[in-house]
Amino acid sequence: MRRSDLGEFEEVVLLAVAALSPGAYSVLIAEELERETGNSVSTGAVHAALQRLEQKGYLRSELGEATAERGGRRKRLFTVTALGGRVLSEVRAVRNRLWDRIIPNIRLEWS
Amino acid sequence: MPNHPPRFADRLLTWFCAPHLHEEVLGDLHERYALRVKRRGEVSANRRYWLDVLAYVRPEFIRRQPEQYPQPTNTTMLRNYLKIAFRNLARNKVSSAINIGGLAVGMAVAMLIGLWVYDEFSFNTYHEHYDRIAQVQSREYGEQGVGTNNSVQYPLGTELKTNYKAYFKHLVMASWNVDNVLSAGDTKVSRKGLFMEPAAPEMLTLKMIYGSRAGLNDPHSILLSESTARALFGDVDPVNQLMKINNKLDVKVTGVYEDLPLNTQFNEVKFLAPFDLWVSDNAWIKEKAMTDWQNHFLKVYAEINPNTDFETVSAAIKKAEIKNLANFPEQAKLSPEVFLLPMRDWRLHNYKRGVIDEGPMQMVWLISIIGAFVLLLACINFMNLSTARSEKRAKEVGIRKAVGSVRKQLVNQFFSESFLVVGLAFGLALLLTSVSLPSFNDVAAKQMTIPWANQWFWIASLLFICFTGFVAGSYPALYLSSFQPVKVLKGTFRVGRFASIPRKVLVVTQFTVSVTLIIGTIIVFRQIQFAKNRPVGYTRDGLLMVEMKSGDFYGKHELLRAELQRTGAVEEMAESMGKVTEVWSGNGGFNWKGKNPSLDDSFGTLVVTPEYGKTVGWQLVKGRDFSREFKADSSGIVINEAAVKYMGLKQPIGERVSWKFQDQPILNFRILGVIKDVVMESPYEPIVPTVFMIRAHGLPNWMHIKIKPNVSVSEALPKIEAVFKKIIPSAPFEYKFADQEYALKFAAEERVGKLAFVFTILAIFISCLGLFGLASFMAEQRTKELGVRKVLGATVLNLWGLLSKEFVMLVAIAFVIATPIAWYFLSNWLQKYTYRTEASWWIFAVSGAGALFITLLTVSFQSIRAALVNPVKSLRSE
Repeated sequence: MRRSDLGEFEEVVLLAVAALSPGAYSVLIAEELERETGNSVSTGAVHAALQRLEQKGYLRSELGEATAERGGRRKRLFTVTALGGRVLSEVRAVRNRLWDRIIPNIRLEWS
Repeated sequence: MPNHPPRFADRLLTWFCAPHLHEEVLGDLHERYALRVKRRGEVSANRRYWLDVLAYVRPEFIRRQPEQYPQPTNTTMLRNYLKIAFRNLARNKVSSAINIGGLAVGMAVAMLIGLWVYDEFSFNTYHEHYDRIAQVQSREYGEQGVGTNNSVQYPLGTELKTNYKAYFKHLVMASWNVDNVLSAGDTKVSRKGLFMEPAAPEMLTLKMIYGSRAGLNDPHSILLSESTARALFGDVDPVNQLMKINNKLDVKVTGVYEDLPLNTQFNEVKFLAPFDLWVSDNAWIKEKAMTDWQNHFLKVYAEINPNTDFETVSAAIKKAEIKNLANFPEQAKLSPEVFLLPMRDWRLHNYKRGVIDEGPMQMVWLISIIGAFVLLLACINFMNLSTARSEKRAKEVGIRKAVGSVRKQLVNQFFSESFLVVGLAFGLALLLTSVSLPSFNDVAAKQMTIPWANQWFWIASLLFICFTGFVAGSYPALYLSSFQPVKVLKGTFRVGRFASIPRKVLVVTQFTVSVTLIIGTIIVFRQIQFAKNRPVGYTRDGLLMVEMKSGDFYGKHELLRAELQRTGAVEEMAESMGKVTEVWSGNGGFNWKGKNPSLDDSFGTLVVTPEYGKTVGWQLVKGRDFSREFKADSSGIVINEAAVKYMGLKQPIGERVSWKFQDQPILNFRILGVIKDVVMESPYEPIVPTVFMIRAHGLPNWMHIKIKPNVSVSEALPKIEAVFKKIIPSAPFEYKFADQEYALKFAAEERVGKLAFVFTILAIFISCLGLFGLASFMAEQRTKELGVRKVLGATVLNLWGLLSKEFVMLVAIAFVIATPIAWYFLSNWLQKYTYRTEASWWIFAVSGAGALFITLLTVSFQSIRAALVNPVKSLRSE
């Protein structure tokens, strides 16, 4: 398992695909991330991340239906593969383990 | 949709983004844009849109998908292209032949001319130090303007050697290149040769076959060219053999060098002997000339040092002469400037009467331009025919596209076809060139060979093939391949009304060039003919000229004359200064009654023996010829009509004329007779005022022998030779014919004329080939139309007119364009001849009519054939 090649932005995008599925595609993801983080996110960046994730085998894609706003162009829909799902839960497990080791006092100090 | 994102941004995106991603990327962008417009309005959305587009500038979006049909694993398709190309060629045999043949002829002409130009520019490059060799010359400012001297004084050589040594690697004095008699044992030959200082072979980098370049260090030595050595000694090594120059100088052969090739200035130098030997042989040099700054009698060649250049050295030696002229006020008045004429300028930028002679360079330009035009004509043909043909192939394009060809493949196909044809034409052109090179060499007086081993030749050829193939193939490749298969196959496809415009323009260009060339050729020939028809003033037939090459010839005039006349073959014999075809010497210093004191006179001054006039057959206008009867005739002179006019004499006979030659005592003459002008120099120039005298300064150096008119030359020659063998056994009997020498004066113009003629014929041939091809194509295309017309009652004449009219129009337009162009250039060309023909209107009319006639002939063949076809046949097939 090659967890190390999952970048931070890629991880967020992968999570977003999982959260929005079925029917996750770049515009939706970019909008979602913009709303969640408050930073502007371009479809270009998202698209590039999606392509990389697909190459790594964490995502698979298919062409969806066309809509009027898209000028009659079809969108590319992404779903998380089993491998992608495993990587996500691995990452989450690592994070959780580390969270759990934080002493409650310190956590209180932050908030 | 009400709002559209910035179109320019879209265009930018489609430009940089890989095509297979366009759909998703543009879709995403537009969808998001729509969202943003709804949320924050159009202005902000537009701004964000730009940022979003720029966010796609990443390698993963720019990188193109691999080709749909990647690199071929086998060459099936390529082989198919070639097969189709060959089938097309084989199916249209006539037009293929015209296409390939015409292009091959054009290429062959271009190659020949390329070789010619290359030969001109590589003149003298045989010498390895070509870039650093120069001739020392001086510029003098006389009353008639600037003059250049290519022969200089002895003391100038000494001056340069002593005071300017640092600039020169070698500085070599040399004699004139004149005929000398070489003899080894009983073998005698006459060869041109130079007496040069010992450094010459090293400077000229002669390629030694025997001996070494140091051979001239021995003052009694000689270096022979390979051909001279063979003529004298046969095929053996002649080093250390003894021989004689002019029957008096004993020399030893110290080396043999490879003959210099024809495209070198020194190619006529067949032997080299030490300069000191010449000096010791000519006593007057030691006596007078070594310190005389007025006697220009030798040539000085120099090789400059590698660390300097001609300009620097020329500037440095500028005053080398003038600063030494304290005792020579006459010479100082001319304020001479010494300079170097680099070897690279000897051929194409030499001086003539003080100014750079543009002639040779103009000739190079003229020939290259003609060559370029002939080639252009061939390319135009090729383009015209291939575009005309290719329109018929629109259906093929449609089908190929329908079964899955992408555009790129069609482009490749058409290009490979045109490259194939150009390649074939190139092969044929090489063949044509190598076949025609010997005769071209004859016309151009050169020794050129195809440089098979020269890489630049092949690179140039390759570039040329690529260029022609590309230009000729670009129309079908780029235009035809863009057709939409639907339209082509449905049959609604029409090549626009204006599709034939470029073709017509090209035909007009072709004929403009051809008509210009026709006019030019006619005028060049007329000019040559005009000069040839000029009255020469003497009889050239049966006039033999023998140079008095060595001292053995002198003092035997009476004996020789008597012996020759006794043979019965010789009518008369006389000696003179120079040949009858040249004015050997010219001088000023004459005085006569009524001379304009400001006139700086200059006459041709020729010493002759009394029978000269009778020998060459000049025509007396007034007075009488020289005669042996009158003793006083030794102080008589005969002048020509030009001299009478020049001197402004009303009654020339009996007038007294005095001549002061340099510091010699004054000579007094009386005019005996006036002769009709004799063309001695260029037949295009006015006649030089000439004075013939019996006793003056200098001696005759040529003999003229007139053979009796009723005796044939072949009969007379052995008899004359026998006399010479008997009286002057030490010299070979060598002679020239006056008529041949005279004909040489036309050589340069005749060469231009011949070349222009050949190229004009070729240009017309190529143009007609193209016209023929086009006409046949037109006739074929309009078969049905002609059939219908015929059925409705058109006569053959109607149809012929219909088909020919268009071409006649084009040629007429070409003629209108060509006339002023030709007139402009040719009247400029004629300006350089004083004695010249006119560019009369009838020449233009004849050229136009000729072009029209040829056009009609070419076109009629096709149009009449098409008009004669039975309409049943032409309308039946569908």
